[in-house]
Formats: sequence, structure tokens, C-alpha cells
Amino acid sequence: MRLLKFAAIGLTAALALTACGQGSATKEAAAPDGKATVRYMNFSSNDGHEKDLTAIVNAFQAANPDITVQVETVPYADYFTKLQTAVAGGTAADAFELNYENFVTYATNGSLAELQNVDSSVYKKTLYDAFNSGGKQYGVPESFSNVVLFYNKTLFKQAGVAEPTADWTWKEEQAAAAKLTNKATKTWGDYQPVSYNEFYKVLAQNGGEFLNADRTEATFNSPQGVEAAEFLVGKVGRTMPTEADGAGTPDFDSKLFKSGKLAMWHTGIWMFSALDDAKFDWDVVVEPGNTKKASAMFANGLVVNAASKNAAAAQKWITYLSSSDETTKTRLASSWELPPVADESKLKAYLDQPKPANREAVFTALEEPILPPVIERQQEMQDAVTQELGSAAAGRKTVAKALADAQSKVNGLLKK
Amino acid sequence: MSTPTLTERRRDRRPHTPPQPIPAQRRGGWKKLGWALFFLLPSAIPLLVFTLVPMVSSLWVSLHKWNLISPMQWVGLDNYTNLLTDPMTRRVFLHTLIYVAGYLPLVYAGGLGLALMLNQRLKGRAFLRATYFLPVVTSWVVVALVWKWLLNPANGLVNEVLGVFGVPGPGWWTDPQWALPAVILSSAWKDLGFVMVILLAGLQAIPSDVYEAALVDGANARQRFWRITLPLLSPSTFFVVVISLINGFQVFDQVYVMTGGGPSGSSQVVVGHIYDLTFRYGRAGEASALSWILFAVILVITVVQIRGQRKWVHYA
Repeated sequence: MRLLKFAAIGLTAALALTACGQGSATKEAAAPDGKATVRYMNFSSNDGHEKDLTAIVNAFQAANPDITVQVETVPYADYFTKLQTAVAGGTAADAFELNYENFVTYATNGSLAELQNVDSSVYKKTLYDAFNSGGKQYGVPESFSNVVLFYNKTLFKQAGVAEPTADWTWKEEQAAAAKLTNKATKTWGDYQPVSYNEFYKVLAQNGGEFLNADRTEATFNSPQGVEAAEFLVGKVGRTMPTEADGAGTPDFDSKLFKSGKLAMWHTGIWMFSALDDAKFDWDVVVEPGNTKKASAMFANGLVVNAASKNAAAAQKWITYLSSSDETTKTRLASSWELPPVADESKLKAYLDQPKPANREAVFTALEEPILPPVIERQQEMQDAVTQELGSAAAGRKTVAKALADAQSKVNGLLKK
Repeated sequence: MSTPTLTERRRDRRPHTPPQPIPAQRRGGWKKLGWALFFLLPSAIPLLVFTLVPMVSSLWVSLHKWNLISPMQWVGLDNYTNLLTDPMTRRVFLHTLIYVAGYLPLVYAGGLGLALMLNQRLKGRAFLRATYFLPVVTSWVVVALVWKWLLNPANGLVNEVLGVFGVPGPGWWTDPQWALPAVILSSAWKDLGFVMVILLAGLQAIPSDVYEAALVDGANARQRFWRITLPLLSPSTFFVVVISLINGFQVFDQVYVMTGGGPSGSSQVVVGHIYDLTFRYGRAGEASALSWILFAVILVITVVQIRGQRKWVHYA
């Protein structure tokens, strides 16, 4: 009986929690002759960058012979479920990775250790501050990435449309997208999913605010918000494929772009290496804004488990993993996510790689970044906003109604 | 998750019955009882550890606010009252009801048709019976993925075939209106074989002399079906309906794999919502409370059915 299976999971977690409360959780073997073992759990090396992480671990261990790092890599899709259960069960790793959106949830529920004597000068300040909660530094930035506009140069040339520039606004983008869309050949002008992640960004590009200053109330149901949502929803079926065309399914957008049937694609710089084998010419540019520019930026951070018995060694490891030259070199050489270092001259190597030609855009976009709005009940908020916008895109609600409903749902989440 | 076998499903009907101790006999009673308990241990221990204790503890969790990480906070019955006023609860129960209402008639009518057909002396009857039963023992994940492909609006087989006849196929799982029907269709297809087997056994238990007597009296095929087959099949029908309703209210796998509850939450069902509450939203207290509400609903429906059976179930 499925119901009972859920109950069983609940029980296991409950038992683990009581065990933890009584201080009888799995004890790490006391390391002989002063050697410490640091367990580290992560998702970002999964699927392609495991080797790079191992290289960093080896370099760290060579520099710190008294510390051994034990890596556990979990796919992103399962990561937060696994982490939640491990923290609840008292078996979580000494150090682990959190994305910025989930950091707040963990920082406020007391499962993270406050870091001691961090040298903040090595990190880019905005990123470093992102992992501060209530005046306490609970993590260091590990890496970051952002979203730019990818475009297929060949399609632009064929249609005789001028290529996008950094000065473009929504208007130019939509005019070009309409010209590039050819439903007969199933070629689409544009792809930008109707979702939470895109909405808070277009809202910012239109001068709107998602939450009020002290994050106690949602404010996105504003004239700017409605206009932004209408821009996003209005693309569906006109210049952008619908769900019935397959939009929203895994890899749909990357396949569409790679097959040369998509002219413009709003996506992250982590796609660069995946496009190495594209058979057409492509480039990137800073995303168009409306009343202002705003580019989505995502950050991952590294934290130490509050229950760790090796907190000092764990902090040494995450410091190395986030800011050492070895790490920076490895990240840039493998086009992994960008290292969060303050000294931007260290990032030069990134620009040396040939494709895309306009790699500069990655750094230009960072000048006007927008971070995801974060609340304690993050996942629910994201689901609620995406669902309401989806209803509008499917024509079941007007955009205005969907936005009003989304706002009252988010306000409900902020209250509890 | 593989589909439970027939015997497991039977056991499912009363998972809460504790093992009944054998009454102690006058001579050597205690010794016998001891041995009986000893032999019961292998099934009693897992039942206790994995079923009864979790059930009781989930009742405890349901009275707390708990995100699986921070310590639990006592909230009394708040989780229950919040759930009863939450529009999402109404929505997922409505979807589950629609699912059951669509699934049950479909699977029963289809299963009965198959059972009647395979009760005839057909060539390759054993092969056909095995074939129709095959989906029942296939993993739900596999079946749901295959159906997801069959019902793919862009290049799925179903819409291609409809297109040949000039019928524009719907968006199936990508369309909020069609996502639940898509799940219903594939669920009915998968469970047809199970219903067929039960009804086939029921059909074969009907004594042939009843039919002979009816033939002598001049009853035609339709009269024999409505007056003899259906009434005498009613114990099997009753079993199928009870089991299908219990399983139907707990529908999860196919929804999770085919639609993930979407698009826009249009196919989210109760158990899917329980899963999301616990593992996506960290609201284990409310999830436990919702499990108990679902349990109560299933219990009431089953009790009503068992009470009501006297009116229409004929035991030969």
C-alpha cells in the first residue's frame, strides 16, 4: 500500500531524528594521529565534471596531508530530497553544496555552522554577501553562472534579419522573432520558458519588484508585472513552441536549438560546451531588457554542517574549493561554472576560448544581475508562480487574473 | 514499483488486522501458542516495524509542524483544519475523484468484455489470457513512459493514427483538459488484465446447469447475460470494485511519471500532493495529516460498499 510506504519513510526519518536528539547519531571514527576526514556532498560535478572535482580534491589533499576529503556526488534532481533526509537523519556530510535559492531555508533552520575568520577579500563581494543570513556568514560562494541570449547566426542571415545587439529591447526581439518564425518549416523565433525563473527576470527588466523591501509581501502584481507576464505569455504559440509542440520537456530546447530550428534561445552559459558540435554558426549577446537591463544570475555556495565534528577541516576544504588558484584554473579550463573570485584578471582565461565569439557578454551581463527572489518556502513559491503563468499560457485564465492569484498564493506562503 | 500480485492485493484489504492469536488449548496450550507466535514472527515483525509503527508515528507527526530538519512543533489539529480549508486539497481530491470515476467504469467494462470473450472456446485462448495479463505485471514506470510516448501530441502513435482519419488529436498530457483523461486511459489499459482474471474465475465458477435450465426455458443470450451471468458474477464484481476503488484513490506512479501532476497542476492527485508536501515543500506534518484524511475517505467508502453489498451481491 503506497500510503503505508510514505508512512514508513516518515517513521525512518522520525526515528533518526530522535536518535540524533539523544546524541547517539552515527559517530565518525576518531581520526588517528590528528588526521581528519571531511565528507563533502555536491551536485554540480555530476554528469561531466567529476574528473575536475577529483583533480581539485587531490590538489587539496597534497597541500593538506592531514585532511582526507570523501566526495559524494548526487544528481541535481535528487539532491535536495537526499540532503533534506540526510540532515534530518543526522547523517549529512561535513560540508555540502547549496544553491542560493535553497541557502535561506537551510540557514534559517539552524542546520548550518557559522564560518569563522573568513577572508572575504578573495571573493566577489555581491556573491559573498549572498551567503550571509541575519548578519552571520554561513557559507562561501562556490561558483556562479548567468543567462544570455543565444542566437543562430545562420538563421538570421537566411531571413535577412539584423543580428541582436546589446542595445536591443523586447520590441526588437519580438519583431525579429516574428520574422524568424516559420510554422511551415517548424522553425521558431524564440524560446523562453513561461516559468518562475523567467518571470522574475522579465519583471526586473520592466522595472518591477517581486517582493517588497523587507520581503514580507509580494508586489509583482503591478502594471509592470502584468506587462512583463503578458510579454512572456504572449510568445507562446506565436514566436515560441507550445507545450503540445513539446516545450517544457527535458532537453527540448537544447535539441531544438542544436537542430537549427530555433533562432533565439534564452539560456545559461553552462550550455556552451554542449554546443561545441553545433553545425551552424552561433553567438551570444546580453539579453534584451525593456525599461532596463537585467540578467539572471545563479550562484552556488558551500556550507558546513552544524553537526559536523570536523568543522575546522571542513571550512579549510570549502575555502580551497571556492577560492584556490587550482580550482579557478580547473573551472575555467573545463568551461564549468565560473569561479567567484574577486580578482577578475584571473578570469581572463575564460575569454581565450574560441566559441562563442562574444564571450564578453557573460561579464557584461553580470554588471546588471538579478538574483532569484528567495523566501523560506521557496519551492512552493516557484511552483505556484509557474503554475499560474502556465494557466494563463494555456488560455484558462487571463494574465491579470493569473498574476493576482499567484500574488495571493505567494502572500499566503509568506504569512505562514 | 511493480504491481502487487493478487494475493498481495487481497491482503491489502485489511492491513490493519493484527495477527490473531490461536486460542490456547487446555492441554499444552501455552506451548502451542508459543510455537504459533514463533512461526508468526517472520511476518509479524515486518508488519509491526514497517506498517503499524509508521502508521502510529505518522499520526503523531500529523499533529506537528515539521520540515524534516528543524525540531517538530506541536500544532494540535491545525494541520487538519488548514488542509480542509486549503483550495489545493479540494483540487487534488476532485482530480482523484475524476480519475476514479473515469477509470472504474472503463476498467470494469473492458475487463468484463475480455473475460466474456476469453471464456469462449477460442483458438490460442491461453496465449491471449497471458497477453492481456502482461501489463499487470509490468512496472508502472515502464507502462507510463510507453503511454507518454504513444500519447505524445507532436509525434505519438495515437495522434498519428487519428490524423489518418482526419481527426486532430488532442494535446493529451500537455493539455490541462486532457492530462487526466490520458492518465485514466493508460491506467485502465494496464489494469484490464487484472479485472479480466478475477471475472474470468468468477465466470467459470457459475455452474453450467443454470445455463442449461435457462436454455430449456427458452431464455435468449441477452436474458442469460443479464439474469444469470451478471447476478452470479456479482461477488467477483464486488471484489473488483472494492479493490479498484482503494487502489484508484491511491493513484500515484502513473501521474508522477506521465504528467508530474501538470500541466499547471491540472492532474495532481492526493498521493502526489502528499509526496510534494513532504519532499518538495518540507511540510511533513500536513502531508501526514493528508494521509490520514485520505485513509478516512477510503475507509468510509469501503465500509459503505461492504454495507451496501447485501443489496446487490448474490452469493450462489
